[in-house]
Amino acid sequence: MIAGILATARIEANIARRNRWVLIAVLLMVVFSLVLSAAGSAPTGALGADRLSVVVASLTSLSVYLVPLVALLMSFDAIAGEVERGTLPLLLTYPVARWEVLAGKLLAHVLILIVALAAGYGAAALVAILTDPQAMAGLGALWRLTWTSVLLGATFLGIGYAVSALSRRASGAAGLAVGVWLGLVVLYDLGLLAAVVADEGGFFTTQLFPVALLANPADAFRLFNLSAAEAGAAASGVAGAAGMIPQWQSLTSVVVWPIAALILAAQVFRKVDA
Amino acid sequence: MTSTLTISHLTKRFGGVHALSDVSLSVAPGERVALLGHNGAGKSTMMKIMLGLIAPDSGDITVCGAAPGDAEARMKVAYLPENVAFHPALTGLEQVSFYMRLRNVDPRGAHDLLARVGLADAATRRIGTFSKGMRQRVGLAQALIGHPRLLVLDEPTSGLDPVSRRDFYELLDGLAADGAAILLSSHALTEVEARTDRLLILSGGRMVAEGSLHELRSKAALPVSLHISAMNGHVSELMGAFPNAIRTDAGLNLTCTQDDKLATLARISDLRGMVADLEVIPPSLEDIYSHFSRRDGQ
Ligand SMILES: Nc1ncnc2c1ncn2[C@@H]1O[C@H](COP(=O)(O)OP(=O)(O)OP(=O)(O)O)[C@@H](O)[C@H]1O
Ligand SMILES: [Mg+2]
Repeated sequence: MIAGILATARIEANIARRNRWVLIAVLLMVVFSLVLSAAGSAPTGALGADRLSVVVASLTSLSVYLVPLVALLMSFDAIAGEVERGTLPLLLTYPVARWEVLAGKLLAHVLILIVALAAGYGAAALVAILTDPQAMAGLGALWRLTWTSVLLGATFLGIGYAVSALSRRASGAAGLAVGVWLGLVVLYDLGLLAAVVADEGGFFTTQLFPVALLANPADAFRLFNLSAAEAGAAASGVAGAAGMIPQWQSLTSVVVWPIAALILAAQVFRKVDA
Repeated sequence: MTSTLTISHLTKRFGGVHALSDVSLSVAPGERVALLGHNGAGKSTMMKIMLGLIAPDSGDITVCGAAPGDAEARMKVAYLPENVAFHPALTGLEQVSFYMRLRNVDPRGAHDLLARVGLADAATRRIGTFSKGMRQRVGLAQALIGHPRLLVLDEPTSGLDPVSRRDFYELLDGLAADGAAILLSSHALTEVEARTDRLLILSGGRMVAEGSLHELRSKAALPVSLHISAMNGHVSELMGAFPNAIRTDAGLNLTCTQDDKLATLARISDLRGMVADLEVIPPSLEDIYSHFSRRDGQ
């Protein structure tokens, strides 16, 4: 069982390396993290927070978009690609269960994501620590950002696998993945904000809005990191809600989402004919 | 000895297409069985059902004592799909090592395995750069991993050059001698008759014939052709002796049933003063195959 998962993870890592996905993921994270930490460096003293905590707040806003994108890019081909190339039937005659195949791919992709996150966040943190002696105070926030980013990535890997198994064509899966990203990460928030504005502090704003935020994995990730840090209250419009939602609720969402997404992916994959 | 593979009354339809109708067969350990049949006869479908990739509509199948697709069956069965494909970015060595790990076999043997199918030099090249025959050999290599008790090979020699085909059948002989049961499909009649123990012919989803070539030959009861070359100027006299024969340039062609063959030969040898040469042509493989494989209305 473990052997099957490890063998799959190993071969997936080889493929990802050869297809330059590792390089692309690392470059994306490093470049954006550095650009952001440079851009966000001006108002440090004004907020009274250490430099690293400020950088973490900016990185949180970045990761909400970038981590799901990188995860979906790595995962959309996972099953559709096997179906399209015709490699799936042979694989399924081997003594390895479908969920083990999925777990192996997940392991490889999560490891790549961790490498990319470590490189990106590490570079930004290094710059902060080198320029501000107080920055060590923000290490706790950085650690929290890192592990929640991994969970956010796992969530979107799971969603990507489900999309991949559903569409059974790599091109269709790619389109669907872009749609999912736009919908969950961009349009969802815009819709919520529009509704809040229109509602003018009524039932939606007080009752439904917090639930809607918790229901979305990207929003829950942002809420958890911002409510934990408190430093970044000015970072985003949605962040205003961070104060009114208890932290255990956003934490629950951050932890439950990856599990749910991966169970969904396994269920959809089970229905794919060889 | 109990069979490695037993299929009874297997039926499978795809919508209106009767891919397989009431097919029964069994393959014993150490037996090499060839599955023949026209395009669309149902060969690949039957193989996929044995492997648990497709569910049958009805029928009982036992593979190595288990149901198709069971974990136990998958441990013991190797498969070569008809259009085998691999990830183009991987090297032959990486791909085969992966399959070895899935079967709990030490991947350090991957290089030797590739050498067995003649890919020693190409082992570290990407499969995307391989020729069709080289890809087919990677497919063969993966089917040899571990000690499969049953090999299900869908057109294993397609794309292989003549020498590789011979090497391939030698590999099979070794596996069969080891007790592995082998079921392979093919359109290459000559190699199959020489290198397998038994033939199965599917036609339109039905099993229309089964047995060794010898058995099929006598079951088909196709006529034997005899070609007689006449001594100079004796053609007409010979035609008189065999009025049903067809006259050719320098002799005559006649046909007779298997049972009449010896009697006919005796008559010809009585006329030996007029006969320069004699050729006996048994029904060809193609003749026997098409006799059984003929579909309704064809
Ligand atoms: N997934 C499918 N959906 C619908 N029909 C199918 C499917 N798979 C096979 N068939 C039909 O079942 C019949 C048998 O197909 P199969 O692939 O088993 O033939 P085959 O004997 O392997 O032919 P070939 O020699 O060309 O490989 C064909 O009529 C084919 O069209
Ligand atoms: Mg076929």
